[in-house]
Amino acid sequence: MKYKGITYSYVVYAFTFFLAPLLLILFYSLTASDGGSVSFTLENFTRFFDFSNPQYMKVLGNSFRIAGIATLLCLLLGYPMAYILASLKPRLRAFLSLLFILPMWMNFLLRTYAWMSLLETNGIINTLLSKLGLPALQIMYTEKAVILGMVYNFLPFMILPIYNTLIKLDPSLLNASDDLGASPWQTFTRVTLPLSKPAILSGINMVFMPSVTTFVISRLLGGSSTALIGDIIEKQFKLVDDKGFGSAMSVIIMIFVFGLVALTREKDSEEVSL
Amino acid sequence: MKRLYALVLALTLLLAFTPLTGCSQDDSGETVRIYNWGDYIAPGVIELFEEETGIEVVYDTFETNEDMYLKLKNSSGYTYDVVIPSDYMISKMLREDMLAEIDFNNVPNAAGIDERFKNLDYDPTGAYSVPYMWGTVCIAYDPEQVTEEVNSWDILWDEDYARRIFMIDSERDSIGVALLSLGYSLNSTDPDELEEAKQKLLEQKPLVLAYTGDDVKDKMIAREGALAVIWSCDIGIIREQDDTLAYAIPDAGTNVWYDAAVILKDAENKANAEAFLNFLCRPDVAQMNADYMGSASPVSEALANQDESIRNDPIVNPPAEELAKYEVFQMVDGAAELYEEIWSYVLAS
Amino acid sequence: MNRRKSRLMRVTSGVYAAFIFLFLYAPIAVLIALSFNESKLRSSWGGFSLKWYASLLQNDRIISALGTTLLLALLSAAIATVIGTAAAIGLHNLRGPFRSVLLNLTYIPMLNPDIVTGVALLLLFTFVGYSMGFSSLLLSHIAFNIPYVVMSVLPKLKQMNPNLLDAAMDLGMKPATAITKVVVPEVMPGVVTGFLLAITMSIDDFVISFFTTGPGVSTLSIEIYSMTRRGVNPEINALSTIMFVVVLALLIAVNLRSGQKGGEMINIG
Repeated sequence: MKYKGITYSYVVYAFTFFLAPLLLILFYSLTASDGGSVSFTLENFTRFFDFSNPQYMKVLGNSFRIAGIATLLCLLLGYPMAYILASLKPRLRAFLSLLFILPMWMNFLLRTYAWMSLLETNGIINTLLSKLGLPALQIMYTEKAVILGMVYNFLPFMILPIYNTLIKLDPSLLNASDDLGASPWQTFTRVTLPLSKPAILSGINMVFMPSVTTFVISRLLGGSSTALIGDIIEKQFKLVDDKGFGSAMSVIIMIFVFGLVALTREKDSEEVSL
Repeated sequence: MKRLYALVLALTLLLAFTPLTGCSQDDSGETVRIYNWGDYIAPGVIELFEEETGIEVVYDTFETNEDMYLKLKNSSGYTYDVVIPSDYMISKMLREDMLAEIDFNNVPNAAGIDERFKNLDYDPTGAYSVPYMWGTVCIAYDPEQVTEEVNSWDILWDEDYARRIFMIDSERDSIGVALLSLGYSLNSTDPDELEEAKQKLLEQKPLVLAYTGDDVKDKMIAREGALAVIWSCDIGIIREQDDTLAYAIPDAGTNVWYDAAVILKDAENKANAEAFLNFLCRPDVAQMNADYMGSASPVSEALANQDESIRNDPIVNPPAEELAKYEVFQMVDGAAELYEEIWSYVLAS
Repeated sequence: MNRRKSRLMRVTSGVYAAFIFLFLYAPIAVLIALSFNESKLRSSWGGFSLKWYASLLQNDRIISALGTTLLLALLSAAIATVIGTAAAIGLHNLRGPFRSVLLNLTYIPMLNPDIVTGVALLLLFTFVGYSMGFSSLLLSHIAFNIPYVVMSVLPKLKQMNPNLLDAAMDLGMKPATAITKVVVPEVMPGVVTGFLLAITMSIDDFVISFFTTGPGVSTLSIEIYSMTRRGVNPEINALSTIMFVVVLALLIAVNLRSGQKGGEMINIG
């Protein structure tokens, strides 16, 4: 019991800053305060799950759909990239992977801002297109721009875990498959892909989570109809003073997110991979 | 271990030489903290104030009255000394006892403010606020895309301009425009009228490109849209870069707004705050600000020195008979929550 | 994975990789190019100019936000490293159900969406009437940095010979001394990784800072956000260029130091 002191002081910190805030969210979501008195209510949740007027559920569904598309695109674009990188000679891939993480270290808002300059109706892409005599793209202020922003910002999160798994694959497994007469495609689908499944799941997690809860990307690149659940939560705390409703939506999104984590997480490991 | 210490030490030393005006609270020098709208002061005014008085200014901006109010409410204790809200928000803050009475002995320049801006409804005794700027809500449009005459709010519901319209990302202003287009009062608290306004906004939504804030100016200059609802104080900043946009107030009337500087009750630098208010009312400074925003200054002497094009512009300085038709925002007691719900519902649709 | 590949395969791979790199770098290249554009308009080139750099360097808000960001990152990372290392040592030696409860609790800020963490901390501060500002930012950053430190240190503790500590104490060391003299040096690489990770996370954060800051205090991220909300501002392009160059220099420096370790990427959150 020589670590009692250390452990207990940490427990205090963890309860104050990790647990108490979450309990407060729960508290606000389930109460209504009228003047000085606080009473229990489910009103915040019924307002969200209002089936006669499913506006807020639609926003949630939309957020999931948009984040889902972005995640799928990241996987489709990212897996081949990770595969290509991993199959290079170590020196070359060290250099290329360095190039690869470089944009990731730039401030996320700056990266999103870059796309504003590119996508605007009279922005750089459209100026170039019109010089080439091509029709203009109407992407800015639409869902497409939001998805693009998500893919651009979070693609490295998909590639990194897959790449890190692929370079550690035991080459003798692949050689064995080869020797036993499997075609390269069979080797890929029967050996490589199953072995990289945990990495794919972790990549999906790392792209989907920030996408489904973002409010910055939709605010900067989206338009009047691309509000995501994150936007609505942010509004409740920053614009209209509705802590209860904002908390209820936070609870809802938290349940979904933890559910997803539980689904995609490997059962045996207690350490969470980044 | 040693290497880590060396690193931490080196970085700490580096920090010691980095200026930290943002968080130096025990700064012995005089300061004043100001909370104002974005793009709402002429460049150079703050520097001039700092130079002349030696008072250091900490300056933050907000996007709407509502987000300013909430930020103050969510913070406890001392936040800012001077805030510049609009009429109805001043009433609300006054009622909630958030404002300090101004010692006008320290603000002698306030005497130069035109009589018609003194003791308005939002601050009947005039003891808590000093008028800063005033103007209207109007429609800015690109005459190349909009060739018809702009004289009705209905143009913002015209399918011809689908996805070329910007609305203001502000509860009162956008609901207000919808109420006006329906022929109701800007300050309606009638649930039925508000429901109609909500439906009107939902109907308009597919036509709206985005609900904008300060960025609407750049977006209109870049011709991202054809029509935008703006505050008339944006006109000066737009004209500075592009004078080909046109502006109009619909015949049905509009909102006229008065923004005024107030001192918060929790202010820790009240004397400096009063010095700043006094500075804002100085005719040359008031003119700098009004010229920058293309607005008519509430300070008589400043207005007299402003260009005729501003003084005679019916959008920024409507004649009295027009002004009488326009409405000022009031507090919407009893319907405040409904307004919030409508706005967050519209944004979520 | 050095398998034989056909020529076609190689060309396709090359083209594909080039496409992805173009996708990643084109927007940054555009920002860098625009930062030297005399004109404020993005769609026209008004000639080469350094004026946006000059005005950026005179922008007091940016300079002070930079100072706040660096101070916040260093302080929060340092404090989180101390708390997190201690927590990891405590957790490592804990047994039973309480261990997994505490471990799961530790990972909450890391798993939770940033917006929920931000909102939750905002509620905490307003609930207890805490005056928000630099200190609330610092507490929040420490809170979300701790899991990264714990996560970096725990594996190193597992690798450590469990008899080492007992041996030290058998030889007469007090527990506290044994921890600082024996355990900490043993897990130092994990501690350093955690510290650096925490600095990165802190500098990178926007959402949590956005909810937990107070009047007069803003970080670089917050400042950039409000600049982008205000419209076109070529100073942002200049800032991007500077940050890109700094990051590039840092990465090259780190890579030269860590030498030829092979192709493993630095895995940051």
